[in-house]
Parts: sequence; structure tokens; C-alpha cells
Amino acid sequence: MKTFLLYGDQDFDLKQAVPANEAELTQDLDLATLVATMAQGDPFLRDVARSVVLHSLTDPAAIVYRQQVLTDSLEHPEVVRQMYDLAVATLQGERKIWGVFGKSPDALLHRSVQVLELLVSSLRRLRQIADEHASTFQSPGFSRFFAMLAHELDDDYFQTIDNHLRELKFPRGVLLSAQLGEGNKGTRYVLHLAHEQTWMDRLPWSRGSGYSFQIADRDEAGFTALAELRGRGINLVANALAQSTDHILSFFTTLRTELAFYIGCLNLHAQLTQKEAPVCVPVPVAFGERAFTAEGLYDVCLSLHLDTTVVGNDVDADDKSLVVVTGANQGGKSTFLRSVGLAQMMMQCGLFVGARSFRATICEGVFTHFKREEDATMTSGKLDEELNRMSEIAEHIRPGAILLCNESFASTNDREGSEIARQVVRAMVESGITVIFVTHLFDFAESWYRQRSPTALFLRAEREPDGRRTFRLSVGEPLPTSFGADAYERIFGTAPDTVPQAAESS
Amino acid sequence: MSFYSVLFEHPDTEATRAPQQPPFFTDLRLDQIVETMTTGRADYDLTPFLYQPLHDVAAVHYRQDILRDLEHDSTREAIAAFSRQMRQMRQHLAQAEQLHHRYQQERWFVDAVSLYGEAVSTLATDMEHADIASQGLRALHAHLNAYSQSSEFVTLVNETRQVLDALGQVRYAVHIQGSRVTVSQYEDEPDYSAAVEETFARFKQGAVKDHRVKFPNWPEMNHVEAQVLDFVARLYPEVFSMLDDFCARHRDFVQQDIARFDREVQLYLAYLEYIHPLRAAGLAICYPEVSTHSKEIYANDMYDLALAAKLVRENVPVICNEFALHDPERICVVTGPNQGGKTTFARTVGQLHYLASLGLPVPGRSARLYLPDQLFTHFEREEDPGALRGKLEDELLRIHDILEQATSASIIIMNESFASTTLHDALLLGANVLRQISELDALCVYVTFVDELASLNNTTVSMVSTVQPDNPAVRTFKIVRQPANGLAYAAAIAEKYGLTYAALRRRIAP
Repeated sequence: MKTFLLYGDQDFDLKQAVPANEAELTQDLDLATLVATMAQGDPFLRDVARSVVLHSLTDPAAIVYRQQVLTDSLEHPEVVRQMYDLAVATLQGERKIWGVFGKSPDALLHRSVQVLELLVSSLRRLRQIADEHASTFQSPGFSRFFAMLAHELDDDYFQTIDNHLRELKFPRGVLLSAQLGEGNKGTRYVLHLAHEQTWMDRLPWSRGSGYSFQIADRDEAGFTALAELRGRGINLVANALAQSTDHILSFFTTLRTELAFYIGCLNLHAQLTQKEAPVCVPVPVAFGERAFTAEGLYDVCLSLHLDTTVVGNDVDADDKSLVVVTGANQGGKSTFLRSVGLAQMMMQCGLFVGARSFRATICEGVFTHFKREEDATMTSGKLDEELNRMSEIAEHIRPGAILLCNESFASTNDREGSEIARQVVRAMVESGITVIFVTHLFDFAESWYRQRSPTALFLRAEREPDGRRTFRLSVGEPLPTSFGADAYERIFGTAPDTVPQAAESS
Repeated sequence: MSFYSVLFEHPDTEATRAPQQPPFFTDLRLDQIVETMTTGRADYDLTPFLYQPLHDVAAVHYRQDILRDLEHDSTREAIAAFSRQMRQMRQHLAQAEQLHHRYQQERWFVDAVSLYGEAVSTLATDMEHADIASQGLRALHAHLNAYSQSSEFVTLVNETRQVLDALGQVRYAVHIQGSRVTVSQYEDEPDYSAAVEETFARFKQGAVKDHRVKFPNWPEMNHVEAQVLDFVARLYPEVFSMLDDFCARHRDFVQQDIARFDREVQLYLAYLEYIHPLRAAGLAICYPEVSTHSKEIYANDMYDLALAAKLVRENVPVICNEFALHDPERICVVTGPNQGGKTTFARTVGQLHYLASLGLPVPGRSARLYLPDQLFTHFEREEDPGALRGKLEDELLRIHDILEQATSASIIIMNESFASTTLHDALLLGANVLRQISELDALCVYVTFVDELASLNNTTVSMVSTVQPDNPAVRTFKIVRQPANGLAYAAAIAEKYGLTYAALRRRIAP
């Protein structure tokens, strides 16, 4: 029995390794805010949300599968929460049943029977929910799940389990068979169902009754030995039953894990709806076509922090393998970069996206190379640190990935930084990686612009003639000055002196 | 064809009294080699063989030939398998002795006999297909063939099989209700655990935890098990009387020659096992030419067998060296920087000769070695604070003893003798000792810090431990044949630290 609510054909593995660049992604895209909003303080929801978000799907059909389950969940939140609560309660209930102290098959069997009684009642309840609501769910995921419950957990099956639970209390004693092993000791113990005894069987001369002996009342060692013999007989059945409870528990664990993601989606949806921030079901495009079109694309995490509405951008970057973003400081460049990364990751885990519409090619992983404030360890210079991180990215990045660069190589002068950037970007783009590069490196941006490459797009952070920023990006060529002077002037109250060329490289 | 021993061609060459560990064992680290070789083989008592060098070329060849046969994986593996079964057989017999219940003792005994039969038959068959050239193993093979086809052995094997088959077919049922236990014939019943497992199969989620309780598997039975076994015996009386009868008739079933072979061949297996990882690491092992008359000895790519085992374990490269003596050369004088591999070199020469005299292959690519009548070592010792005599006096006494006992057929390894005295004394004493050894015409390795000793006379050969030319702090552990020149090293190390004349002048200049 498989839940298959996250994948159509496999379980979700919560313990799988996170991507190598998990720390960078989390920091640069502010994934913690996204995950915390989905979790609403529940550590388990947080773990699941984090894991699912980080493990991007790369098959459009798999994404659509989740989108459909999510749509059902948004339409029937109370049913989904009911099943989630049942899974949680079942798992908690099991933990309350006393564990086995001391190792004996008898104790193990006794506990397993108790656990199984609990699990069977939860399965009955789950089956009931399925019976009541199955017809109102549309998604292939939920439809399959409910159909499976109806099929696998029919009344006959519950009857069979009840019979076993009765037999496993051994009302007619334990019957086992064995063979002679090493040193003629008993081995290959097999348990059988003891027969109903007739009055004839009890006669001492009855055929096939064999030889009997009785443990004397005060023979404690004898009773210990007898318990051991009995234990050897029921060892396998105790193991089988304990494993069965493990399996059913694991079914509930999987159910809880998979539903946890959708509970997280419900939570996030509620928050965004409250802020009147628009969300849409994105359209994932398979490899081959290079698509990236968005309307009103905004940074979901930023909007979760702000009370005001966030400005979204319209982007048409279809067929582009390089997007260079230049322009005013605090003009929304970094926010735009984050909104692209977030939307891509949210789409690829099956979530909705912060935009009015979003259509993009699936990528083989999002990579970020953002400017770091300080090198905390002081073991290497800033450029060393940057290049080291880029080298780490190169270690893991593959064709089909997206690389988001935020002010990369800005820790050296424009000429050196530009040359490094040119070489890195050219190598990446020609390897089939989509690069979105926010930069002040004019030499780099301008030299690329001059090539008039049809697959490169140049965006600029706008500013009004009076210097006010619009936080909107528009298509435009790189300009030789950036607008740091504005910020300087605003803060220092006076315009900065012209910087001599030589001082740049310090 | 009579078969005696795989270690001794003639019965009279084996020492009648158990030999003691030779005094040079520790200096040459042979004690470590023996320790490793005999670990896990204590019950074979191999050390007497390892303490007893051979002095006869034919005796060495007898062993070398057998070892060459054993170098074939299939032959060696067949014998190793035989040994494992024989060991298991002994363990079974020991187990039978310790138990009290008759049917338990008897079962362990039958299993032991079964192992023995299998061990002998398998080895006989395996030897049939083996490529055997040595006189020793051919004799063994002939013996095995004769024995394994004897009616005594064939009957033993057949009866063992019958008893075990009968016991294997016994299957019984035990019904436990309350304190009452009933033992009866087993009637074909379904396995209930399987039925339970099947019911819950639909929840299977892949890997599962094993909840089976591990019951202690003591060889002994408790009285409930004993009672059950007694009843089983009553259910199957003919099987158990067959068992009684078998045990009564086959008390001493192990043939003496088989037992002796099993022990002796361990010496070879242990040594081959010891050198296996070294070979795997690319180190050479060779069968040396041995002689009791020519002193023109040499070895190529030789190394310290004890040290190499440690280095290979730690994945550290092993440095190999070479030496050669041409008449009238008898004495290698080794000088050069400390920690440069001088002691290892001296020890290696000693090891090679001793291992060769045990009939074993030696650590090196090729070698011609001398079979000495005696081997002596004089290695620097820690001063014993309680001793009445001083260190120098003690050293001289030990060397005196050695020179008293040594003959022209002896080998003497001297390491840093007189290192605790002045250069003048060390030169004086060393020259005198060397002259005596030279007159004795014994083979010798002499490690010293006294350069002058390296060119004493035409029987001495100068060998020097070397350093990397561009970085004198790095030793190469190579010992090469060249004139002693300690100054070259001193000059190099001075340059590195800027302490040469010119460097000091520049640094001190204002």
C-alpha cells in the first residue's frame, strides 16, 4: 500500500541528502522565510517543507501531478487536515504503548498485538474518510489513494486481521515443530496452529499423542527453560507481526509526511491571500524549449515580510540564455533575482508561484552566487572567497541549470572583475546553463551588449528623472555609471569626489 | 613410498630437544615476524621450527621446492581448506568432551569424524589436479591416495554419512500448554508465521528491522531440552542406537601422518600469508641461491621484512637496497647521516640470511646468500643502571664473546658499536675488532659513525646512507656503495640554514 501523494510512482524520502548548495540557496533566496510560513511553528511541517522545496522535480508531468493534488487540497482543506490529524494521532498513540523491556518474543508479540489493534482502528477510520469524500476529489493522486484504500482495506481483510489477533493469544497452546541441529539441539523451529483437541486426543494411549512431561510447580529453572522453548517457537511470528506493525506505521508516517507538504501549502496560501498577493499555478515547460515568461513576478519571501504590496515585474526572456541586469542601486535588482530563483524552485516542487502568470523551462537546479558581506573566517581575501565559491558551484552545476549571480566578482576592480566574469559567463552559457547576472561591472555588461547576441537580454533598474526609483526593471542597455553616488549623497548629504582610476583596484 | 615430513627430508635432521629462541632474534626483529606468523596458530606450536635454522643446502632446497609448489594458489588453497577443516574437527572433539548429555557428545563426535573424512578426501582429490614438483608434496600425495582408498577410511566415511542422514531426517512436534509439554511425531502442518506475514504483505515498505530475539546458542542443553531430546530418541529408537554404535566403534580415527602434516605445513602457510600483502604492494620476494662455501653474496631490492609489513599496512612506501661482496670482500662498513636507514640495512642483511637458512624465500628481487654455522648480532643496548660494569666495558665483553665463538663460517652484524665513546676510541676499538673479523674471514656488516673504518683494508666495502641532494634534511633511506664522506652532508645542511662560510660572512657583514 503506497500513498503516492507527492510522486505518482514513488515514496518521498525525507532523509535524502539535500543539494550541495543548500546553504547558499537558503541564504540567498531566503528560503527560511518560505519554509517558516509553510510550517507555522510546527517543526515537522518545517522539515517536510524544506526537504520538498529543496528537492526540485525535473519532469513537467510530475510537477503537474503535485499541482493537481494541491488544487484538490485547496478546495477541500478540511478533509486533508482531517487525514493529516489522523496520521499524527496514530503515530502518537503508538508511542504511548509501552515498549518492550527485556527481549522475549512473548513480550514483543504482546506489544505488537496491542499496536496492531490501534493501527487497525485508524485504518478503519481512514477507510471511512475515503468512503465519504472520494467522489469530490479530482486529482489523479487523491483518486488513486482513495481507490487503493477501498480496494485493499475491504471488510474481509479486516476480518482476517481480527482472526489473527485472536489466534495470536494462543488459546489452545503453542504447537511448534523442530529438527535436530548442532549437537542434537533443536533447530528450525516452526510455529503451527494447534488443533482443537477432542476427548480422544486426551487419552494417554491415543495414537500420535507422543510423550508428555510436566514442569513441576517449584521448578523455576524449568519454567524459564520452557519459556525459552516457547519463545523459539513464536520468535518468527513475533518478528513477522512486529515487522507488519512497522510497515503499517511506516504507511502512516509516509501519509503524514506527504500530507505535511500540502498542509504547508495551505498555510502559505492563507498568508498570501491575506496580503492579497496574487498566486498562480505555473506552467512547467520540458527541456528543449527555452521559456521564461512572467507577469507580475514578485519575491514571495519579501512580500511575507512587508505590509505593503510588492511591485512585480513582467519579464519575457523566452529563448534567452543570459540576462544581464544593470542599473540603479536599490532599484530592485536583487529582489528580481530572488523572485526568479524562488519562482523556479516553487514551481519545481509543485507549489504555486508569486506572479499573475508564470511559464518557464524546468531547470537542473538553481545555483546562486551572491555577493557576501564579509569573510567571517578571515582566512582568505574577498576575491579568493568569491572564486572559491564559484569553483564550488562549478563542481556541482550541470547543463540545464540556472545560475543567479548577484554582484559577482565585484571585490576586485572593474577590469579584472569583468574579465573573470566574461570567462565564467561564457563558459557557463556555452555549457547550456542559463545565467542571470546582476552587475555593476560595466566593462563586462557593455562588452556583452555589443555582441548583439539574440540569446542575451539586458534589463535595467529604472529611475525617474528626479532620481526616484520605481523598483521596476525594463529592457535597456547597460549605462556607464551606476547610481551609488545617489546613495552616498543621500546618506552623507554631499556628493562624493571623483574617484581616481588607480584607487579602484585597492 | 614412505612419507615422513614436509619440513625435514630425513628424520634425523629434526632437533630432538625443543630449541630456544636464538639471541639475535630481537635485534633482527625476527621476533616480530615470528609473532605475526604464529598469531592465530598457537595450537600448531610452530616456534620450534622457526628457532631451528638449517645448515645443509639440500635441506634448504627440500623446503624451497615445497614452497614453490605452494605458491600455486590452487595447491595452497586446497591445503589451507584442509587445515581449516582439521581445526574445526579438533574444536568439535573438544566440544564433545565438555558436554554431559550422551546424545550431544555423540553428535559432536560424528560431526568431527565427518569433517575429518571430508578434509582428507577433498585434499586427496585436490592434489590429484595440482601441479606438484617437490619431492615432499609428491610423497604426501602418494600417502593420501593410499590412505583415502583404504577400506578403513572408506568404511569410516560411509558410516558417518548414514548416521548423519538419519539424524537429519528427524523432525518432531512440541506442544506446550501451560506447564505441560508433549513431544510427538511431526505431521505436515502449514507455517503459521508465513500466514501472518502474508496477511500484512500489502503494507510492505521495503527494508525492515529484524525483531527476532537472538537466543543464546550455548552448546549445552537445559533440562527441558534434554527431556525433549530423550523423548525424540524414544520416537526414533533405530536412529539413536545407530548413533551409539558408531561412536563406540570409531574412537581414534585420526591417522598420525595426517596430523603431523597438518601441523608442519602451517609453517609454510604462515610465511606465505605474511608475505602476501607485501607482494600485493609490489615488493619482491625471491628464492635465494644458498651456499656453504662461496662468500660472494649479494641481494637486490632487499628490505626489512618486519618493517615492510608495518609500512605496507600504513600505506607508506618501502625503500629497497642492494649490496654485493666480491672476493676478497667480507665486511660492509656502513656510514652516513643518522636515521638514514643504516640500522635497517644491517638488520635486513641478517634477516635475509636467517630466513634463507629456514628454507624460506627472502625479501628481495634476487639474492645469493651464505648458510652460516652461526649468526651473531651486536646492537647498541640501553645502559643497565644496576650493572657494575660501564657501557663500553659491557660492549667489549659481548664482542669478545662473539669473537670467541665465531668461525670463518659465521655471520656477524654489528650496529653502532662503541657509539658512546670518543671518536678516537671508537676508531681504535673498531679497527681492532674489524681486523680480527677480517682475519677470521667471517662475513660482517658493521654500522658506524667512524668514516675511517670504511677503508680499513681490502676486505671492507664502504656503504653510505644518502640524503636528497637539494634538501639534505630529507633522507632517501638508500644505502649506496661509495666512499664514506660525512663532510658532504654537513656542508649541505649548513647551506640550507645559511651557516656556510660565505653565508655567515654576508649575514654578519654590516
